[in-house]
Amino acid sequence: MMRAPSSDLPLVIDEVSLHAGATRLLDRVSLTIIRGAPTLIVGPNGAGKTSLLRLCMGLVSPTAGRVTWGGRTEHAPERRAMVFQRPVMLRRSTAANVGYALAQAGVPRPQRAARGADLLARVGLLELAERPARRLSAGEQQRLALARALARQPEILLLDEPTASLDPAASRAVEEIVLMAAQSGIKIVMASHDLGQVRRLAGDVVFLLRGTVHEQRSASDFLERPATPEAAAFLRGDLVI
Amino acid sequence: MPEQLTAWQLILDGDATLFAIVRLSLGVSLCAVALASLIGMPLGAILALTRFPGRSGLVVLLNAFMGLPPVVVGLAVYLLLSRSGPLGALGLLFTPAAMVVAQTILIIPIIAAPTRQTIADLWSEYRDELRAMGVGPVGRMMTLLWDARFSLLTALLAGFGRAAAEVGAVMIVGGNIAGFTRTMTTTIALETSKGDLPLALGLGVILITIVIAINAAVWGTRVWAERQAG
Repeated sequence: MMRAPSSDLPLVIDEVSLHAGATRLLDRVSLTIIRGAPTLIVGPNGAGKTSLLRLCMGLVSPTAGRVTWGGRTEHAPERRAMVFQRPVMLRRSTAANVGYALAQAGVPRPQRAARGADLLARVGLLELAERPARRLSAGEQQRLALARALARQPEILLLDEPTASLDPAASRAVEEIVLMAAQSGIKIVMASHDLGQVRRLAGDVVFLLRGTVHEQRSASDFLERPATPEAAAFLRGDLVI
Repeated sequence: MPEQLTAWQLILDGDATLFAIVRLSLGVSLCAVALASLIGMPLGAILALTRFPGRSGLVVLLNAFMGLPPVVVGLAVYLLLSRSGPLGALGLLFTPAAMVVAQTILIIPIIAAPTRQTIADLWSEYRDELRAMGVGPVGRMMTLLWDARFSLLTALLAGFGRAAAEVGAVMIVGGNIAGFTRTMTTTIALETSKGDLPLALGLGVILITIVIAINAAVWGTRVWAERQAG
């Protein structure tokens, strides 16, 4: 599993604010991601979940504060991978999409076919290997995006609401892959606004609202004894904005 | 219409002079398209993917140059290649090579400008995904050019159409020498002015037929390949 000597963990977000023009996306967020059970970032739409994940990936730089990966501030994503809410499929076959990710991860060409087939088998897409990736269903595309992310052998896997637009069967398939990845030792950081999913997957929860972290605690504590009225309202299913 | 009858006769008889002219025309234009793609596609991709001072001006210029008058390009290449010009020592003036150079310059913008637009659009779609995979600048360019391959065929066709149809540039730098640098378009111009309409018409028909056939072939390939690759 360990490919590079340096590690991206712990991922430390230190007093980070993120602005886009006049809009404040995140406000003085502090968070430490360490190895362990999946961390779910929970909150309503617009709470800043995507922005937080993009910061974790190093795709955006904070307006204030700093993000470090294993103590380093560099931005090259070596030991981390991200699955976007609407992943973009390269205009190639399913197998070629995984092959591309493997090539980018530095896997030598002779090993790519076998590794690619192994990854496609893990996400249940081996039969569709030769199909154009853009012809896959939304659920299949999400699983292919997971295979591409796993091709990077990440320590941290960031997922932005990967089941948001999927039906229950497709969602379950995605969750199973995520759980499998978590069990293999990959730290999962996943945005979600689905409380059932939190119950099924989360080790701990970061509750995000209007760009600030309102709670950060174990999933069972969060679900049973929310500490803030906002979290309690969110858990009741009230409309929290 | 006796002229048209003779024109068809020339085609059907497989007139040797006529087919030598067709071969030269196609050879020159296809070479120019190949060279212009090798230069124009990376150029378009670089303009789409990099930011540097003066880039906007360059993009405007590139778009404007899609409408370069062939005679002006011909004149510029003529001055470059004429015996007293900077490249006169190469002795290329009035050869097919000079015609390739002129047509290449003429169609680089026609290929580069749409390439830039296509790559810019695709980049905005791929940006996050490629950055998350840690793809470097050169890798980005190659990936985007490859994934835009079907759209880029259209740019290629536009370039070929332009090269095959122009008269001014090849006339000036080729000199319209019979059996050596005489192309379909320069022949049509010459024969029309001489009053030999059958040959002019025959060539006109062939020129249009070839352009349609090549477009149809590329279009068919594109539809077929897109079905294969999504």
